Amino acid sequence: MKNNKLLTIGIIIISAFALIALFAGLISPYDPSFIDQDNLLMKPSAKHWMGTDNLGRDILSRIIYGARISLSIGLIAVGIATLIGVLLGSIAGYYGGIIDGLIMRLVDIMLCFPTFFLILAVVAILEPSIYNIMIIIGLTGWMGTARLIRAEILSLKEREFIQASRATGASSGRIILTHLVPNAIGPVVINAILGVAGAILLESSLSFLGLGVQPPTPSWGNILIESKSTLGVAWWITVFPGLAILITILGFNFIGEGIKKRIG
Amino acid sequence: MSYYIIKRLLGIIPLLLGITIISFVIIHLAPGKPTQLEMSMNPKVSYEARLRLEKLYGLDQPLYLQYTNWLKRFARLDFGPSLTDNRPVLDKILERIPVTLTINISSMLLIFLVAIPLGIRSALNPEGAFDKITTFFVFLFFAAPTFWLALLLMNLFCITLGWLPVSGLTSLDFEYFGPVRKAVDLAWHLTLPVFVSSIGSLAGISRYMRSSMIEALKQPFIYTARAKGLPRNTVIYKHALRNAILPIATILGLSIPALLGGSVIFESIFAIPGIGRLFYEAVMTRDFNLIMAEVVLGAILTMLGNLIADISYAYIDPRIRYRNEK
Repeated sequence: MKNNKLLTIGIIIISAFALIALFAGLISPYDPSFIDQDNLLMKPSAKHWMGTDNLGRDILSRIIYGARISLSIGLIAVGIATLIGVLLGSIAGYYGGIIDGLIMRLVDIMLCFPTFFLILAVVAILEPSIYNIMIIIGLTGWMGTARLIRAEILSLKEREFIQASRATGASSGRIILTHLVPNAIGPVVINAILGVAGAILLESSLSFLGLGVQPPTPSWGNILIESKSTLGVAWWITVFPGLAILITILGFNFIGEGIKKRIG
Repeated sequence: MSYYIIKRLLGIIPLLLGITIISFVIIHLAPGKPTQLEMSMNPKVSYEARLRLEKLYGLDQPLYLQYTNWLKRFARLDFGPSLTDNRPVLDKILERIPVTLTINISSMLLIFLVAIPLGIRSALNPEGAFDKITTFFVFLFFAAPTFWLALLLMNLFCITLGWLPVSGLTSLDFEYFGPVRKAVDLAWHLTLPVFVSSIGSLAGISRYMRSSMIEALKQPFIYTARAKGLPRNTVIYKHALRNAILPIATILGLSIPALLGGSVIFESIFAIPGIGRLFYEAVMTRDFNLIMAEVVLGAILTMLGNLIADISYAYIDPRIRYRNEK
């Protein structure tokens, strides 16, 4: 019962943010990039619930539109990572032998690179854009999934129903896609949900360093860029976007842990 | 044991090759050739000069030759000059290492000193009040972005309260201090960065410790030890803890990539001249030689960390040693 509570809270948080992201245009009180010279660095008030930044832009509106960017980067990056991980992991687990050896060495090699270094290096070469960031976070985050699904498939493939399916003449591709992957997907889903939290955290760190989503497009990370120069002057620029990141990540972690406890 | 070590050392070779190949591929991701970058700065460079430059970088050669040449220079630890000030990249990195190392070792110590007792205490009474409170904070700190915590703490301790310095490694008049005052000054500047860089891992490792300890306390030999009337503390701290702490030791090796990545963020926030900030500057100025050197060295460091973790694990735990020798 207690674990369901964790799961419920998580689902409520994430659905709320998803709705905010979907209906950003309707909810947001101001245009997120509207520069208001008369209202620079305004304290939170009835007019601007979360205050304004050093260009007079409404922080609440920027956070609402930022939800769109940050959530979609998290989801798509993890989608890419999960797809690559499931593909390579199931091929390695099913075929074994040299193919398995090669794929798992690739996993070992990729795990050696400090992810953040790798991502920054690629961003430096390709120039940061929303799409590049989704792809790079995806390409550097599939290794855990590949290991998980490989281990699941290694134990599944000796079971009777797989042998039966092979005996009836099913092709390898069919066995992997319709019998093995669906049965091994549980831990992968949990991993993916926790992965979204990680990807959002990565995106916000990149954007905060100025190497992620480029202004004026708002993302939770790049709203925080201004917070360093306004430290001690405008606490609201620091506190609110960070809270948005914190609560979203808590939400995804709650869902992940909730499902984990429910299954396990 | 020596068989195991040799086996693991041989396993490094394909990893090392893989690391260099992937790094090489990344360099060649760059649209256009590295020489074009310099061309665009200087329109006066003639076609002939461009060819000469290409020859210097070996860009006129087939890809496999470029790779083997790069590998040869790399084996001599020659990463070329920095594109910003022409100093050898390796020198620039080496002079920054002590700072990053000091911070990382201090945060490691802090993490283990706090996380292990926390984990043990939680495991002794899972779902108890203490466990519930720590679980709450673990979730919270695990979800908070490091850079955001850094900003909040900076705001509180450095600006509102004025207890700690905002940034940098030393005070302006550092040179005139005596040795004791120098150490105090350094520690004063490092307090916040060390705290911030350890808080995420602290939460994670206390969780590991908790589950590892709960697992160890369920083992049959714990029941035996209890049944024969050993004192509670002996059972917990001698029998259970010794087994529970083994997996934690290996995390030390595994956490190198996260520490290096984290150093980019907090070193740039606190303006600390370590390798993380160097990497950030290299990325901002597109100093490809420096970027690649740090990526490759970071990967090799991680690989060595894993190797040392595995070997010391096998050294401490005979079960692993025997399983691997069969």
